[in-house]
Amino acid sequence: MEEIEHPIRNNFEGLRGWLKLSGYGWERVSYWFQRLTGVFLLIYFIGHIYETSTIVNGLNAWESFLELTQTVWGHLFLIVVIGASTFHSVNGIRLIFTHVGIGLGTPGRPDYPYNPSSLNYRQKSGIWIALILSVLAMYYGFNILFGE
Amino acid sequence: MSNNDNKIEDKIKLKVYRENRGQNSKSYYDSFEVPYKRWTTVLDALLYVKGYIDPSLAIRYSCRMASCGSCGMKINGIPRLACYTKISELETSTIECEPLGNFPIIRDLVTDFSLFYKHHKNIQPYIQSTESVETAAEEKTYSYNQSPQDVDKYLQFSYCIKCGLCYSACPTVGTDLRFPGPQALAQLYRYFADTRDESKNRLNIVDDRHGIWRCHFAGSCSKVCPKGVDPALGIQLLRSYMLGVSKNNKKQAEKIEVNLD
Ligand code: SF4
Ligand code: FES
Repeated sequence: MEEIEHPIRNNFEGLRGWLKLSGYGWERVSYWFQRLTGVFLLIYFIGHIYETSTIVNGLNAWESFLELTQTVWGHLFLIVVIGASTFHSVNGIRLIFTHVGIGLGTPGRPDYPYNPSSLNYRQKSGIWIALILSVLAMYYGFNILFGE
Repeated sequence: MSNNDNKIEDKIKLKVYRENRGQNSKSYYDSFEVPYKRWTTVLDALLYVKGYIDPSLAIRYSCRMASCGSCGMKINGIPRLACYTKISELETSTIECEPLGNFPIIRDLVTDFSLFYKHHKNIQPYIQSTESVETAAEEKTYSYNQSPQDVDKYLQFSYCIKCGLCYSACPTVGTDLRFPGPQALAQLYRYFADTRDESKNRLNIVDDRHGIWRCHFAGSCSKVCPKGVDPALGIQLLRSYMLGVSKNNKKQAEKIEVNLD
């Protein structure tokens, strides 16, 4: 790809634009959550690898690290992990299809009021399903972790 | 005439972003009270300000009918065409007008489109024929035989007026200036899908770390596009060909010699 340079950078939205969520529809919400959960899960996995590697320092080190997750805050953190991984996986499946044009409709002759076929309810419902499933998974995790 | 048309004019408050980059002046917001009717557009209101209140207000426009693509700006935070947005449909008592995000500001609501056009030019937005030179030398004229189905594959993407709303709405553009943006990518698909185009390396142009792979289908481009181009659809279809999920079985359009005598 030809290198495109541009000296003037004023008014580029950067993270401010990235973080703007309202007014752009559900697909933007999906984009936002997919990225946030992705970054969060990456940090979690690094922490997780560190946690499991404490076993090389002996059983005591491993158990004292595990105790961190046995607190109220530790449980809440794990519930967020459950929600994030459920959303990321379910919405990820939706994105695998949409990224290759499946479920987005076919090009046609646009007519007023120009409803874009790619933003149809078929693919949009995938976002809602991902959100609902992650709430259910968090609820289930809450019951297991805080239940008797 | 409805009652609404008869009543004394309603007024709306316009909050307009002001800045003159050429003079390194500080940015600020100006407020203007403007009369409006049911059919008044944001562009009409801004022209009222320019005509009767403050002639120094800088705006760019031409057709006033969503055809030239020059009046794009952020209206209440969302990229829209000022001539295509009616004040009455916004349903707010104050309307905020700001320059399009992701475009460098020149003055007030006027932004610099050079990077946007560079990206557009970079995808080679024209039909490429392997025989064009010979055809010109032979002084023959050809027409291409395309079925309505062939035309449907690219027609909606050719409705693009290069207004830049999609480029402004795209969250990836905001963080990566080398990303071609939804407009250029959708135009690449427009030419790729056209059976008259014989280019062999069009797809390579965007097969890059900063290219098509940066699109994550936030869909904001299609949400704001005023012409129904649906750039997000074009991009995903293009990616499908690039990943080999869709097979490229494009049949080249047949050329028919036209006798002009
Ligand atoms: S794709 Fe739509 S929003 Fe983007 S430049 Fe073209 S007409 Fe404007
Ligand atoms: S003035 Fe031409 S698109 Fe608005």
